[in-house]
Amino acid sequence: MTLNPNPELPARPGAPRLIYRKPDVLADRSTHYCPGCGHGIVHRLLAEVMTELDLPAHTIAVAPVGCAVFAYDYLNVDFVEAPHGRAPAVATGIRRVRPEAFVLTYQGDGDLAAIGTAEIVHAAARGERITAIFVNNGIYGMTGGQMAPTTLLGQRTTSSPTGRDPLLMGYPIRITEMLAQLPGVTYAARGSIADASQIGKLKAMIRRACMVQIEGGGFSLVEALSNCPVGWGMTPQESIEHLKGPVVEAYPLGVIVDRGVAAAVAGPGPVPGPRAVPGDGPAPDAPAPEA
Amino acid sequence: MTDRLEVGIGERPKSSEQEAKRRSRVLMKGNDAVAEAAIQAGCDAYFGYPITPQAELLEWMARRMPELGRVFVQAESELGAINMALGAAATGARVLVSSSSPGISLMAEAMSYMAGSGTPMVLINVMRAGPGLGGIGPSQSDYFQATKGHGHGDYRVPVLAPASIGEAMELTADAFELAERYRTPVMVVFDGILGQAMEPVELRFRNPARKAFDWALTGAAGRPARVIKSIDLVPEVLEKRNIALQRKYAEISRHEVRWATESMEDAEYVLVAYGTAARVARSAIEKARAKGIKAGLFRPITLWPFPSRELARVARRAHAILTVELSSGQMVEDVRLAVEGRCPVGFHGRMGGLVPTPDEVVGALKALHGKVERTREHERDEQRKRQHAPAAAPAERTHRVEADAAARGHALADAPAGRRDGGER
Repeated sequence: MTLNPNPELPARPGAPRLIYRKPDVLADRSTHYCPGCGHGIVHRLLAEVMTELDLPAHTIAVAPVGCAVFAYDYLNVDFVEAPHGRAPAVATGIRRVRPEAFVLTYQGDGDLAAIGTAEIVHAAARGERITAIFVNNGIYGMTGGQMAPTTLLGQRTTSSPTGRDPLLMGYPIRITEMLAQLPGVTYAARGSIADASQIGKLKAMIRRACMVQIEGGGFSLVEALSNCPVGWGMTPQESIEHLKGPVVEAYPLGVIVDRGVAAAVAGPGPVPGPRAVPGDGPAPDAPAPEA
Repeated sequence: MTDRLEVGIGERPKSSEQEAKRRSRVLMKGNDAVAEAAIQAGCDAYFGYPITPQAELLEWMARRMPELGRVFVQAESELGAINMALGAAATGARVLVSSSSPGISLMAEAMSYMAGSGTPMVLINVMRAGPGLGGIGPSQSDYFQATKGHGHGDYRVPVLAPASIGEAMELTADAFELAERYRTPVMVVFDGILGQAMEPVELRFRNPARKAFDWALTGAAGRPARVIKSIDLVPEVLEKRNIALQRKYAEISRHEVRWATESMEDAEYVLVAYGTAARVARSAIEKARAKGIKAGLFRPITLWPFPSRELARVARRAHAILTVELSSGQMVEDVRLAVEGRCPVGFHGRMGGLVPTPDEVVGALKALHGKVERTREHERDEQRKRQHAPAAAPAERTHRVEADAAARGHALADAPAGRRDGGER
């Protein structure tokens, strides 16, 4: 796949030039997200990366259940709705019959780290050539701010009204680190939407995850730490400060694993026949390459 | 495994047509035959999870699909399998999933989504006995599940019920066609006996013609983006979607009802049964006729849409109907709804993985026959008495009839449904 050359470059030096515009793949409408919510930023980054990599016309995306359930209203690509948590299985089905497509899931922490753990773990274990964008705001926003598996210890939610007590409610899950253990995972990283610098880094992670898929690597995942001012009971500004503080402390930022596409492709040869997909699942005895 | 198939279809002797026909029949296990029928029907992708008694179907696919360069994935669960199917089907691929009863329960969620979003797919249920983990013996106790909706919401899916391995092969191809024509999941249900038994089958396959789908997700190149979804938070919009769905179901009910009858020309007693139970009923009919009971078979092939009108016509002529199932009596409810009291409806069934014997069925039929004949005799007597009685006491007679009806109504409410009409378990 070729990169899209910037069509906005100036014809002559000194002429006014456009340096920032809304990607066409981002629909021209306001979102249903609450004021201050980070989903819009992640949508935007995804739209920019997809545009830069010339992906929208090849993309088949899977919408989750949760706050991003209407993601198809904001991203002008083919979308299928998955039952709660099942997006990685749905994406697997698409990937296997459409080797040429760019396949994407967009999931929240309730969807990916609670009800959909089996699906995400096994899609990752199969080294499924899909990209998961995982927005972690530590809460069930859509249903009114209940505790999620990623909710911080002590955090008050509508279903942990006195704060998350580990003796009763267990501990937050760092699911991206868990998934990174699996040899099928080519790339796993965690970024944040907290400020411009972090947003830039998050975009680079999303871009890398997409490139892994384009180049025939295995499973790729980017966790985007995000905020939920309404669910957290904070102003947007307070929620950003909270995100930068205790949230990042519980969920360290950075690339967790990057095994490189070559390692993923070096698995067994492609399945014979017209539907061969390079890198479509490493052999069970394939050694896990070092990160 | 191709070798095994080619045993029958290889060199055909030119000597006689009969020889060719004989040679084109091969002995195949139900699960294997259905899997191959799906492959020959152009199935692009299969997703499954091991469960008895359908595991051979998964294994056949595991071997054959990669051979043909097609997709086979053993999922992490039935949830995974059916949702992979959802994704693949959303792109317009011809997709098969198979499981057995407990697995189908897990798939109920996605079936609802697929019905709601109009995603075609074929799901095979090789039914086993429940409830819960139950057992692995043959059963038809998933009739309610299959015909009354597996998951949540107002939806139906066509349900096809073969009574032989050959028919299962034909119906598998038909199921793909129905699924694509109506944009709906379609179920094919049979039980562990049909799945596990071997029968000589003709290797006649059908690959239904493919249409270009204007809804399939292929990437939005040169066209507006498409969305396959079932959500609509605006009640008025969602009601419209539901009305459209119901219209589709009405159309399916008009055009796709299938049933078969045997020995019905002079039948006074009609056995209603599907799948394996229909084969038991067939043997029972022969035995009953030898004992002087004119019995016939009415066999629903589509469990939904149920052949209600056709059965109602049969009920107008029949002295009584006996429903035979490998369950506590599920289809019999639809039989009664169709019959609407036109004749008595009895039931005989076994549960837990047991299959009624033909003799048992004949016994139930004889009991029903005896009761119906006594009632008919009694009615004839009453009529004779009325004809000869003086016309003097209408008030008294009216009073008696009312009391009688009240008493009978009470008895009906108390009696177990399956026994009321004489059919004993």
